[in-house]
Amino acid sequence: MTWEAVIGLETHVELSTASKMFCGCPARFDAEPNTNICPVCLGLPGALPVPNREAINRIMQIGLALNCSVTRRPVFHRKNYFYADLPKNYQISQFDLPVCVDGYLEVGGDHPGRIRIERVHQEEDTGKSTHRGGDGRISAAEYSLLDFNRSGVPLVEIVTRPDIRSAAQARAYAQELRLLVEALGVSDARLEEGSIRFDANVSVRAGPRAPLGTKVEIKNMNSFRSLERAVSYEIERQTARLSSGQRIVMETRHWDEEAGVTRGGRIKEGSSDYRYFPDPDLVPMELDRDWEDGMAALLPELPSVRRVRYEEMGIDAAQAANLVGAEAGLAQLFEDAVEAGAGAPQAANWATGEVVASLRKAGIPSVGGSSLTGSSLAELLGMIRQGTLSGSAAREVLAGVIAGEGSPAEVAAGRDLLQISDTGLLESVVDELIAANPDEFARLKDGERKLVGFFVGQVMRNTRGKADPKLAGTLITERAGL
Amino acid sequence: MAFTTIVGAARALRDGSVTSVGLAEQVLQRTSMVEAQLHAYLTLDSDGLMEAAARADEELAAGSDRGPLHGIPIAVKDNMTTRHMETTAGSRILSGYVPPYDATAIRRLRDAGALIAGKTNLDEFAMGSSTENSAFGPTRNPWNTDRVPGGSSGGSAAAVAAGMALGGLGSDTGGSIRQPASLCGVVGAKPTYGAVSRYGLIAFASSLDQIGPIAHRVEDAALLLDAISGHDPLDSTSYPGGIEPSGARLGGGLDGVRVGVARRLGGADAVEPDVEAAFDRALAAMEGAGAVTLEVDLPSTEQGLSAYYLIAPAECSANLARFDGVRYGLRVDGATTEQMMSRSRADGFGPEVTRRVLLGTFALSAGYHEAFYGQAQKVRTLIREDFARAYRQCDVLVSPTSATTAFPLGDRTEDPLSMYVSDVFTIPSNLAGHPAISVPVGLDRHDLPIGFQVMAPALEEAVMFQVAAAVESLAGFDTTVPFDPSYGLRGGVR
Ligand SMILES: [Zn+2]
Repeated sequence: MTWEAVIGLETHVELSTASKMFCGCPARFDAEPNTNICPVCLGLPGALPVPNREAINRIMQIGLALNCSVTRRPVFHRKNYFYADLPKNYQISQFDLPVCVDGYLEVGGDHPGRIRIERVHQEEDTGKSTHRGGDGRISAAEYSLLDFNRSGVPLVEIVTRPDIRSAAQARAYAQELRLLVEALGVSDARLEEGSIRFDANVSVRAGPRAPLGTKVEIKNMNSFRSLERAVSYEIERQTARLSSGQRIVMETRHWDEEAGVTRGGRIKEGSSDYRYFPDPDLVPMELDRDWEDGMAALLPELPSVRRVRYEEMGIDAAQAANLVGAEAGLAQLFEDAVEAGAGAPQAANWATGEVVASLRKAGIPSVGGSSLTGSSLAELLGMIRQGTLSGSAAREVLAGVIAGEGSPAEVAAGRDLLQISDTGLLESVVDELIAANPDEFARLKDGERKLVGFFVGQVMRNTRGKADPKLAGTLITERAGL
Repeated sequence: MAFTTIVGAARALRDGSVTSVGLAEQVLQRTSMVEAQLHAYLTLDSDGLMEAAARADEELAAGSDRGPLHGIPIAVKDNMTTRHMETTAGSRILSGYVPPYDATAIRRLRDAGALIAGKTNLDEFAMGSSTENSAFGPTRNPWNTDRVPGGSSGGSAAAVAAGMALGGLGSDTGGSIRQPASLCGVVGAKPTYGAVSRYGLIAFASSLDQIGPIAHRVEDAALLLDAISGHDPLDSTSYPGGIEPSGARLGGGLDGVRVGVARRLGGADAVEPDVEAAFDRALAAMEGAGAVTLEVDLPSTEQGLSAYYLIAPAECSANLARFDGVRYGLRVDGATTEQMMSRSRADGFGPEVTRRVLLGTFALSAGYHEAFYGQAQKVRTLIREDFARAYRQCDVLVSPTSATTAFPLGDRTEDPLSMYVSDVFTIPSNLAGHPAISVPVGLDRHDLPIGFQVMAPALEEAVMFQVAAAVESLAGFDTTVPFDPSYGLRGGVR
């Protein structure tokens, strides 16, 4: 029997708005614990929520970028459950009328497909518990510390339909979604800091026509790699159970990165009853056509569109994907370089290759933090094309430019790296070498062509690498009469 | 010389015949005489009051006049947060809790120069109609201390009626300002939903709660309301536009005013004969003053009580979830966090609160949500439509405020349903979000006050106060009977 995996992803994106979702506190949670708090996000008696318009702007942009339709009168609901780091013991979230519904995200690469988006809804984040004593688990802890800086930070949840069919595709979707969110500039979009978090619903069934199997929710994956590994592990686990005639239990499982397994938690008895009802503290919003159009007009070029444009510039698909997936500054560098006259493929290769390597070597975290600009890259590539710089010299010049030594021409001159392509100058060097190596020259004249390499090598050594090796070769063969 | 009205005291403050300190002393002296019997206050801030009064006098002397509430002692229901002053909502679970911020209504009162005399007793979390559900003991009616003052704002109503403050603030979710005002023989108004910010009001049922004034005079109530109303960016349900000042049409009289008589509002039956008679006398007087009356029927309001007792508990079940012992208030330790939370709540909440939280939790549960909560919301829409129909024919609606006068303590505590019925006339306005006011119009055979309710369409406070002031003047009711030291307090407790 061929088993088929059916996967849906729920993605939480923390918005990087200046203030929290329902109060004026800064939406930063890297501060000292419990410093960015107020009566509202602390759930004090009498406090009331007021929605953050900028968060609504941003969720609409996310929804529109995901090809969703915007709900005209979305409603905030209360999701009721008791938890120590949930200050009101209900979370303001959305239920049957989320801000955006019915969209899709195209996933390309090796696992192409259109993943439908069921809903994009707005909610508030919870505080953070730290359990002390015992082994760090809540059950064994001696006491717990609560930090409410994160409480009320705007959170957008993006829920797919169960359209994903493999762990690799789950990863591809997640990466594409992160790129999209990053391009929109609505979130820090950093997985390692938890500003994007993924939960996966995984089930396995006996082929594409079989009814859906029992689904298991997997949590606690904080990198694309762990997402892929966790889903892959879970598919294998479920397939093995089903193949041996065992049942799948509906539950939430946690990914254990170190052990590389998912572990069962508390078994879900049916679905939890969150007793959703419309939050009477919040009046329904009116997201009219004008508001929507305003947000649509703000959308930047989306990654999928940019990839196509790069390909149309003559860059192969993989390189285009590299550029779109790279740090935003690199793609900008590439575009600026092309704008300044560089050839697109060469600019792309350099931007994603030499530039990245040089920056890393110099310990500079981003292009923005260096003095390299698109026009200086274009100038550098122009010097290679014109033969004034050899490839290896160009790398050295690049390092100099990044180090702030000046323009490529200045660095090349300053570091004495300009290629000798002056025929007269090289001729004298070649003649000196012929005079110094009469035996080798005689053998060359007799047709031992490999000695051209010997002479070119000598020329390069005598010029400390600055000679144009092609020109040197031509001069030598001319002298030998070949 | 004793001052009973805000307007009178304000005038005297400016002509120099009294100081704010004098008013504060009067209030404190009166309180020391009757508080032991009435228990209207949970917190009396004598020192704060005297200091604030002295400052108010200095300001006035320096020519800085904050307006008609400047230097006037006000009693505030203890479900509004007051910075540096204990705020309990009448519950053990908040015993000792001192909020770090003032409710918007409190801040506005202070900005208007009013002095917060203290925090008044209430049914726990405003759930009740007699103030007997307070975790700190009941308040008694100043007209007869064997009787309840009504509730849940019973402390504010009793304090104002007995002269322990010149005005008060209450909150009204299903009648919690109007019913105690009626039972204590004072004026109490519930504004249009959204007219007064709820920021800092400890929520009972968010879609119904409104803060409003309690006073001896309709014009005093209008002054208080105008001081605290207006848009608040901290409450997204607060009305964003401007509202005509409540007192704008006082003295406008009744000539040509179309008055809809909603005698059976909320499906009321068993209205006490003395209440009915006082109501009819007031109506006849209104007609005599030029009002045009017509009997109106609002049949959907018959389902108001049952809708209310689904919506309010449902909302309160979520609103009260935050009281869990984690961040503030009572904490009873347990082996696990869950056990700590559940023990804190079990010990912290009284029986009526527990009953309503359970009722609300059930009403919102999967499978019952639509049949209960969903259905109740539909009833609410029908009631709004009933009101809209009625207001096509009339400018205001009137009814008794309460079917009965003040009942004896303990009379209804054993039977929650009999207590719930106390609010049958008042609940429809909360469900519709409309303003309503209770004005005392007479006494029953036991010398207990009878209230007359005037209701108006949303944001039509000015018309409502106009009519209420006319009713007040026609009735000529003396609200100050229990305030007069020579009258004393009657009843079994002395
Ligand atoms: Zn806050």
